[in-house]
Amino acid sequence: MVRKWRWKLALVSLLTTVLAACGGGSATQAPTTNPNRVTLTIESWRSDDQKVWTEQIIPLFEKSHPDIHVEFRPTAPTEYNAALNSKLEAGTAGDLITCRPFDVSLGLYTAGHLTALDDLQGIAHFSDVAKSAWQTDDGKTLFCLPMASVIHGFIYNKAIFNELGLSEPKTVDEFFAVLDKIKQDGRYTPLVMGTAEQWESATMGFQNIGPNYWFGENGRKALIDGSAKLSDAAYVSTLKDLARWGDYLPDGFEAVKYADAQMLFASGKGAIYPAGSWDISYFNQNAKFELGAFKAPVAKANDQCFISDHTDIGIGINAKTAHMAQARTFLEWMTGPEFAGEFSNALPGFFSLSDYPVSLKNPLAQTFVDWRKQCQSTIRNSYQILSRGEPNLENELWRMSVGVIDGTFTPEAAAQDLQKGLDNWYKKP
Amino acid sequence: MLRPNKSRPRWHIAVFLAPALLLYSIVLVFPLLDTLRLSLFSSNGESFVGLSNYQRLFTDSQWWPYFWRALKNTVLFFILHMLLQNPLGLLLAALLDSKNLRGRSIYRTLLFSPTMLSFVIVGFVWQLILSPTWGIAPAISEFLGVRYRPWLGLESTSLPTVALISIWQFVGIPMLFFMTALLAVPQDILEAARVDGASAWQLFWRVKFPLILPTVGIVSILTFIGNFNAFDLVYTAKGALAGPNFSTDLLGTFFYRTFYGFQLQLGDYAMGTTIAVVIFLIILFGSLLYLLGWQRKVVTYEL
Repeated sequence: MVRKWRWKLALVSLLTTVLAACGGGSATQAPTTNPNRVTLTIESWRSDDQKVWTEQIIPLFEKSHPDIHVEFRPTAPTEYNAALNSKLEAGTAGDLITCRPFDVSLGLYTAGHLTALDDLQGIAHFSDVAKSAWQTDDGKTLFCLPMASVIHGFIYNKAIFNELGLSEPKTVDEFFAVLDKIKQDGRYTPLVMGTAEQWESATMGFQNIGPNYWFGENGRKALIDGSAKLSDAAYVSTLKDLARWGDYLPDGFEAVKYADAQMLFASGKGAIYPAGSWDISYFNQNAKFELGAFKAPVAKANDQCFISDHTDIGIGINAKTAHMAQARTFLEWMTGPEFAGEFSNALPGFFSLSDYPVSLKNPLAQTFVDWRKQCQSTIRNSYQILSRGEPNLENELWRMSVGVIDGTFTPEAAAQDLQKGLDNWYKKP
Repeated sequence: MLRPNKSRPRWHIAVFLAPALLLYSIVLVFPLLDTLRLSLFSSNGESFVGLSNYQRLFTDSQWWPYFWRALKNTVLFFILHMLLQNPLGLLLAALLDSKNLRGRSIYRTLLFSPTMLSFVIVGFVWQLILSPTWGIAPAISEFLGVRYRPWLGLESTSLPTVALISIWQFVGIPMLFFMTALLAVPQDILEAARVDGASAWQLFWRVKFPLILPTVGIVSILTFIGNFNAFDLVYTAKGALAGPNFSTDLLGTFFYRTFYGFQLQLGDYAMGTTIAVVIFLIILFGSLLYLLGWQRKVVTYEL
């Protein structure tokens, strides 16, 4: 089996490299009026965003920088890491590299494929949370510019809320009271999510509601420095909360997939959808009713709130680029307000990570991003450092989140198991 | 008897064998040996660690329970195929062998067609059929008076459900093997048995079945190899994490996660190849057992 797949992999990488080389070749032949014009290419897995880059973002940049031409050259998401690696090894990779968060990109930096960006102009406009995904473990070196994050919350069907006389819940008790009312009415699924693909339960469940229990960055960092444990009350309470979801999910939620849940909510049969902000564009296109959003509920009204504002995309410079100065110019432009506004509006649900205020034309996306003003941002607690060993914390969170919802595990047992798994390999620094 | 001339080496044999041998070595033998080699090195591939990866797999509390569960699931997956797929294949072949059946070739084609479908399509179609949201399974079970459950999503039923889907897809293969074997049974023997007053039942079990016994062995070993390599259907229907709670985790998905990594889990070449070698050895010894224990002992009638 290894033998079969390795050869397939090699073939795919070879093919992509060849194709990419062809693409690069034709790009340099593009008619240019300026003989000194330099072409930069961006490696990315966001093939969905090709149109936005080539038609909106890049033209905007080229207007103010006539000497630099930029090409967006995406690879399929599932092949990106492998294809990029082989291109970097072969020296055929583009000048700018779109960065996955944490260890994958850290690996590229330690292998010498990315340059340090600490002295980039405009880097001061990014918060420590935003930068944490692309820094060395000691936090001293930044190797990718934070580009966008996704925010978690709940999207709801305003028509159903009006019909049943419900208002946006602010506390956990209100949240379950609302769910109970929808359930009593009986016509709509109160909470639209499945557990079939497992990641929904952890990402839209555990990581969505959890930051209010573990106090965002405080709790996340305490796990890393060893002063907090996953068996602590904060995590047991999160899982207890999550375990209650099972009563409100659609029938047969154990076999409902992510796309099923999306369609179920878009068809108007469900009231509340635990969401990631990337869902916004899907619902904008497919839901025929008015949408609202509320953030993860807190324990008591007026408690400090925390939101999962997860760093998802960054961009770095290929250490072997022939156009270092131009690549830096492009990244410096990306730190500015022009990029922030254009990017956040073109891709509603992906939010620019710089501190420039952005006004969004999409009201739902604006609701999500406004939470940043009232609440403290944090990222998913399994992403930095804690998913490096066996058993993998992220995988375990998926399994346990599903387990508490479908009743396989009690919240206490799940929390104990999670900590036991971490203890197995993680030694605090 | 004419003896080959020893003084003249027969180069043409080597020349004719060379292309196949070369290709076989490059795409099969070399990667296999390299896999073996990788499993003896540490995860970063730098230091030779002997058999300690194997020791880890079989004793470490983070590896052994996972491996053991995947192995148990794979064995159950195989047993279900042996109990259902192969007898069903034999039954269908026997039915299609009957001379009175009209439209035999249509049935044969229909029964064989799922085998030619891609795993992705089979996985997708069955998920849709069984879906609690859009599927027809809830309505059908209501009609039949059976309580509908999301079988693919429950820990207790997901593995048997995946196995049944796989059986549905591949029942055509044993069917075809048995049909070919049944076709080869000479008519005069059957005629003689009939003249002696054998019923259809006796005809099948006393005359045909002993004659196609070698095929039973071949089908079994093919099922064994196929099931212990199984990966695709679970991967398309349940994902690489083979949920819920690893209930559909087969050796193939366990290997895939370990070797290639998954989500935040980084790939571990050393442990991945270790698992691959263990799977290889299981299949190797299983096949040897078959060759020595069955193939050599079963009576093959020369007709």
